[in-house]
Amino acid sequence: MSGLLYVEGVLGILDMETDSSPMSFEEKNTWVFLLTSLCGALVYAGVVLARSQGVSLLEVAYVGPMLSTIGAATLVGIVGKIVISMSNPKEAAQKDQRDREIDNFGTIIGQSFLAIGGIAALILSMFEVKHFWISQTLYAGFVLSAVLGSAAKLMAYREGLPQ
Amino acid sequence: MTATRVTNSIRALRFSHGEMTQADLAERLGVTRQTIIAIEQGKYSPTLEMAFQIARVFKVPLDEVFQYPER
Repeated sequence: MSGLLYVEGVLGILDMETDSSPMSFEEKNTWVFLLTSLCGALVYAGVVLARSQGVSLLEVAYVGPMLSTIGAATLVGIVGKIVISMSNPKEAAQKDQRDREIDNFGTIIGQSFLAIGGIAALILSMFEVKHFWISQTLYAGFVLSAVLGSAAKLMAYREGLPQ
Repeated sequence: MTATRVTNSIRALRFSHGEMTQADLAERLGVTRQTIIAIEQGKYSPTLEMAFQIARVFKVPLDEVFQYPER
């Protein structure tokens, strides 16, 4: 409960600091998605690197940390969205044309990195590279897609869509 | 990111219409207040339909709300 109050407090501060253009529900959600994706990836990288001390990277048990960080990031993202919705239920029900245009813009940017990750993994599998590297490449594609797609959306919310 | 060349008089029109707030205008148009702020600041070009809706709220022709100056 104290965690939820903390998140609400942080969101309130974000609103105060940007008084001239307060964050919309969708922009706050994008921040949550960006931060959870980034934190999940950093925790995963940290765990894998810590486990690789003294052994080859290819022998590290990476599947558990990868699945658990993806699951945890998804869960935190859902909880974050619920908390933001609870802090302003009226705003949560509203998604307008600008939100949709910015969402499309960010999705296009994000999907391009997903495609790059997929093609890179395909090439690695053609050369029969170890599963470890194929998994990391696909995971990196997902992370880059989430992080850079969200960053593009946030830039569009603050600076406007490119003309 | 470059700002749109379309300029607008929404802020002035709001004040001349009983000091209408951004929130009031947003509610009448069914958009978020942030979208009104972005339009006023020239960071977002509304759709043609929304542009007509804004003009209708202020009961003025479209070119009194939005202008597209020569380069």
